[in-house]
Amino acid sequence: MLIHMIKKPYLKYDVIDPACKPVIIPVPGKAVIFFNGISDGKKRLLFKAGDKVKTGQKISLFADSAEYAVATVSGTITDISPYVGNFGKTCTAISIDVSEDDFDDSFGKETAGQPLESVRNYLSCLPGNLPVNNLFDPEKKISTIIITGIDADLLVVTNQHIIKSKQGEIKRGIEILKSIPGINNIVIAVRREFVQGYGHIGAEIRNIDVRYPSAFPQLIIRDLLGKTIPAGKTPEDTGICMISAEAVASLGEAFLHNRIPTGKIITVIYKDEKKLVSARIGTPAGDVLKALNININNGDRLITGGPMTGSCIYSEDYPVLPSTDAIMIQDGNSIEPFSDYPCINCGECIRICPANVPVNMLVRYLETKRYQEAAEQYDLYSCIECGLCAYICVSRMPLLQYIKLAKHELAGIKLTEAANV
Amino acid sequence: MSDRKKLIVSHAPFLHCGSKISTRSYHIMIAALPAVLHGFYLYGIPAVGVVALSISSAIIWEYLINRLTGKPTTIGDGNAALIGMMLAMLFPATTPWWAIITGTFVAMVVGKHIYGGIGGNPFNPALIGIAILTLSWKNIFNIDYALLNYDFGFQAAYPLAALKHGGPAAVDSFNLFSLFIGQQTGSIGSAFGLALLFGGIYLIIMGFIRWEIPVSFLAGLLITSLLFHLSDSARFAGPVFHLLTGNTLLGAFFLATEDSSSPVNFVPMLIYGAGAGVMIILIRNIGGHVDGAVFAILLMNLANPLLDKIRPKALGKVGSHA
Repeated sequence: MLIHMIKKPYLKYDVIDPACKPVIIPVPGKAVIFFNGISDGKKRLLFKAGDKVKTGQKISLFADSAEYAVATVSGTITDISPYVGNFGKTCTAISIDVSEDDFDDSFGKETAGQPLESVRNYLSCLPGNLPVNNLFDPEKKISTIIITGIDADLLVVTNQHIIKSKQGEIKRGIEILKSIPGINNIVIAVRREFVQGYGHIGAEIRNIDVRYPSAFPQLIIRDLLGKTIPAGKTPEDTGICMISAEAVASLGEAFLHNRIPTGKIITVIYKDEKKLVSARIGTPAGDVLKALNININNGDRLITGGPMTGSCIYSEDYPVLPSTDAIMIQDGNSIEPFSDYPCINCGECIRICPANVPVNMLVRYLETKRYQEAAEQYDLYSCIECGLCAYICVSRMPLLQYIKLAKHELAGIKLTEAANV
Repeated sequence: MSDRKKLIVSHAPFLHCGSKISTRSYHIMIAALPAVLHGFYLYGIPAVGVVALSISSAIIWEYLINRLTGKPTTIGDGNAALIGMMLAMLFPATTPWWAIITGTFVAMVVGKHIYGGIGGNPFNPALIGIAILTLSWKNIFNIDYALLNYDFGFQAAYPLAALKHGGPAAVDSFNLFSLFIGQQTGSIGSAFGLALLFGGIYLIIMGFIRWEIPVSFLAGLLITSLLFHLSDSARFAGPVFHLLTGNTLLGAFFLATEDSSSPVNFVPMLIYGAGAGVMIILIRNIGGHVDGAVFAILLMNLANPLLDKIRPKALGKVGSHA
């Protein structure tokens, strides 16, 4: 996979196998829905264990919050409890005992009258994670939408599958996106192989380079629009919104069928094999693996997301989320541990870094927790977090982890400073 | 849930290209091996003794430092052996045992570990060892004196010393091709230009050294010596002679390319390499030392941190200065 050249080694994105059809995972007996937000103990909960929910029903957990989750199954709530994820991110897990599907029709009723309002009110948890909050945020002034038809991480082919198989839905989705006030440019970024059939899709078609990490937002924007996102800013800060092809297809599907879609396409990566599956959002990762006859043992690694940027989960109960594009299983024996060796200054990271970050110098500051200097002098915020430096590191340093930790710590410092002013 | 499986959690990325420090060290040693074997062929058992003692004592110093500082034992990464081998290649075959042990002590302890160990050394440790010995016991490194008792069957005068003392007229009799295939005296690992060149090219192709450094090094050396030669061919020898004698090729491929003491950005690597090449010729042609490779590279090591500040603008960086 690594192509060696004297100038620069690089990794290539996989192309989806044309014969690849998603395996349908049966609806699980128990499902878990994540609600963005957590109870502080004072807020009154609008739902409690024992309540019944319908498929497609909106769940607003707190009375005074605009946040909501969407039930992707029908059944009875058995438990509502806080969940702490990576870097201390918190949310509330709603466990549901699943029964026969019973569809909630309030979204369908609203689509006819006020389509955009219904997007805002019902579709923030679509498969593919439609960034509803960014799209309708008046302060962001989003004018350009980039639809990504290729997954940012290696080995993942979820969005390639969508591009290949859901043209009609994407077309309808683009029509709806176009009707959002302020949007004047929609670009769809796909691999050269899949351009066919997209001539009349209603968006500008652009090709993406096959080298990892060209499908990262910052690089897509640089290569396709010729714009630079200033270090430390998000695309949304400059009026560009990135939406995955799956989210656009789900949006189209919602309007074509007047029903909120609940099935998520996932690339399951296991050893050298890759399978596409379609699972209900909320299906525990363990159920997905069981349906594919994949055994997971003590000491293995279970990852949501791809091999370069995904994150480890510690339990098979972790559910499929609207943003879960891949599930990866690594055999315990094949795991390459990181080491505590120092940087030997071999320069491989400098050659491979797509963002020109002086990783060799940066890491010397990060190791000693001098985050402020790292940010000011050694371009910490230019890092797009592709993980190539850690992939190539001869000393096997956990470079991406150092970088993410530094950004996390600095964000914490900023929050504290803001609170003290 | 008592049957919950214990999964390993760690941070992304979950793939690695498989490179290791030990692979790197051992490949560099393998690439240098033909030149060392040629040294064994030329100088016999004494050369074997020097190389063996140098590598083993370097490893022992590393182990002692590991024990003393309470750090994990790091001799397995091959770096100590590599430094010992580089040092041995710079020794004449007759170097006394105490000088070798002193040399590896200076290289390992002063040159490497005092600066924080692997990756922290600002100078090439082997060169620090050699430089201290050269300055302290000059006669050990007087090649003609050291190899007085050898009978080689080819022109046995040390070419660079002949040049220094007799000018280009004195080195006219050297056949450049014989020099290239190792029919010359010198330190153990420096004579066989052909083997060093192949070793260097192997390391470049495998990606274990950065090609920009040797290429600019040799370009700097050739251009400077050519300019000198053109200005006064009666006083200064030609570029190919300089290329094939002394520690030029050893320096270009194995010494200047040491990771920690050389730059990693493109433009700095070119300046660094070319600077070392220019300095060698300046030292050989108008300086006091017979061969300038050791001091030229050490001097550029010194400039490395400053040079490496020249780097491309990072993505999304606003402002004019890089």
